[in-house]
Amino acid sequence: MKKILLAGNPNVGKSAVFSRLTGTRVLISNYPGSTVEYSQGQVDIGGIEYAVIDVPGTYSLSAESDAEKVATDMLGEGDIIVNVLDSTNLERNIFLTMQLLKLRKPMVIVLNIWDDTKHLGIKIDADKLSEILNVPVITTVAVIGVGITRLKDAIPSARVSDYDLGGDDIWKHIGSIIGSVQSISHRHHTFLERLSDILIKPVTGIPIAGLILMLSFEFTRFIGETLISAVLDPLYLKFYAPFVIRLVSTSDSSMLSTLLLGADTNAMSGFGILTTGVYIPLVVVLPYIFSFYLVLSVLEDSGYLPRLAVLLDSVMHKFGLHGYGTIPVILGLGCKVPAILATRILEKRREKLLATVLILLTAPCMPQTAMIISILLEHGASYIALTLGIIIFMGLISGYLLNKLLKGDAPELFIEIPPIRKLRPNMLLKKMWLRMKGFVLEAIPLIMLGVLIVNICEMSGLIGYISAHYGRSVTWILGLPEDAFPVILFGFLRKDVSISLLAPYGLNAAQLVVSCVFLTLYLPCISTFFVISRELGLKSALKISAFTFTVSLLLGGLLNLVLS
Amino acid sequence: MLNRLEEIKMLINLTELDEGKGAWVREIRGGNCLNTKMESMGIRAGKKIMKSGGLKTRGPQIVKFDNLQVAIGFGMAKHIMIEAE
Repeated sequence: MKKILLAGNPNVGKSAVFSRLTGTRVLISNYPGSTVEYSQGQVDIGGIEYAVIDVPGTYSLSAESDAEKVATDMLGEGDIIVNVLDSTNLERNIFLTMQLLKLRKPMVIVLNIWDDTKHLGIKIDADKLSEILNVPVITTVAVIGVGITRLKDAIPSARVSDYDLGGDDIWKHIGSIIGSVQSISHRHHTFLERLSDILIKPVTGIPIAGLILMLSFEFTRFIGETLISAVLDPLYLKFYAPFVIRLVSTSDSSMLSTLLLGADTNAMSGFGILTTGVYIPLVVVLPYIFSFYLVLSVLEDSGYLPRLAVLLDSVMHKFGLHGYGTIPVILGLGCKVPAILATRILEKRREKLLATVLILLTAPCMPQTAMIISILLEHGASYIALTLGIIIFMGLISGYLLNKLLKGDAPELFIEIPPIRKLRPNMLLKKMWLRMKGFVLEAIPLIMLGVLIVNICEMSGLIGYISAHYGRSVTWILGLPEDAFPVILFGFLRKDVSISLLAPYGLNAAQLVVSCVFLTLYLPCISTFFVISRELGLKSALKISAFTFTVSLLLGGLLNLVLS
Repeated sequence: MLNRLEEIKMLINLTELDEGKGAWVREIRGGNCLNTKMESMGIRAGKKIMKSGGLKTRGPQIVKFDNLQVAIGFGMAKHIMIEAE
């Protein structure tokens, strides 16, 4: 099967073209570097199947960052290159086109974001460009699917350009091409451009950033809480719980009944597969996942995230990162797995290591946060704030010290800031659907499995045995009951489950704070551990885990002394 | 020779440019790596830019050119020699 490679600068809409071409849904965001891993799909054109690969964006083929290296290596293996360009920045985009032409592969050029050229007073003669470079040139607005059929029709006629680059300066060629195909008429600044300036200047941008972050937090909390208290909790208690209890009570086996419904009917502490196993993911965690990703998607698609990264550049230097390190850390508030993957936008290994530690230590992931809120709420909001405050503070201190300990300096920020874009509700909904589906399909089976394992261990007496023989020292340091040790063991599997496991122990507020802090920080969950070992190697993953375990045990012990 | 000296005297680095002012990039004083990095982003000798944000003492410098906006770290921006408009 022939391979079509979608290549181009970062943030020009390659993923949107990929998605439209193959019908595969992928995450699309308005910031450079949102595709760090390549996606593959298929398209049928005139009865012939082609493999389509969405290559991470690159500015040149010099391979400065990991994403660029991946792109450069992959380009060598393709049969047809579809070079996607941002029509509103033709000059800079054509620089990569010139390098791609040198690969001597059949090529089609896509002038994407074509609708914006009109608003910006840019006129491009696509036919003339096709004539000069001697390859098909198609104009598209990929996010809404305009031009995709024409692109499909053009792919079979992709050809190797005979454009002669000669030995001259590449910019002379670019200048001459731009001169003959593009004209720009003067226009006034739009509202969005003025807004963009206000958001990025430190004097106005920093207070606005504070306000946006505060509102984002409040909005996430409000939506999550409202969904739980007004919709999901009542639905669970009034309809679902009585239904499953009635259903299971028809069975004679008490063991089956305990496994499915748990030791008691309390949704948090009973630990039945059909009660707690459903209540934790769908009633407690899902609403917060929904509200967090709604806020994050708005920040991503509007183009605000890179602006925040620029504003926080000086702060991030204290932790050995430049401002762009903010993006993986923010993604980590949702789930650590995509956050660790996003560290690929950082260039050096030292940065990736520091960013990984910050991701793991500065905040719990959203399922954990939801569980912390849920379990501490009856003791008062101040305990929730204390727990989260301690975690953030410790994360920042650890990141700061690690930066001092590791040799090397923070690299300089060098990023393109995308324009502020109006939100497209349908794109936002698609993205939300993709992320929610990801959570439901991946996390729910694991949570149910976790609940099942806990139940089996409890019934077989294994928990008592492990606690009595191995758990004493750890539970003593943390000031927890001895039989709470298995909670720590299960945390490695799913952290939200491990926090919910605390419910039956009747811990006081101080003990809950200590356990929540410890469970959040002590080890990455199993999925995160695998991603870290894939990105940085098993040795580094083990080192990082040992570091976080030591930090959390010391902190847990100290908190136990202070709070009790 | 004299003209070249006068030209060098007139050059300042990007961090010294006032916010909201335009300039021409004249030289990127750095190794091959820095030059390639800048060039692939579209910043090269002869390019007209406008500093749209950034303090003169620290922090990233924001430049606009064509329809692009790029944030450049303070240390890196010191290597970009410009001639103010």
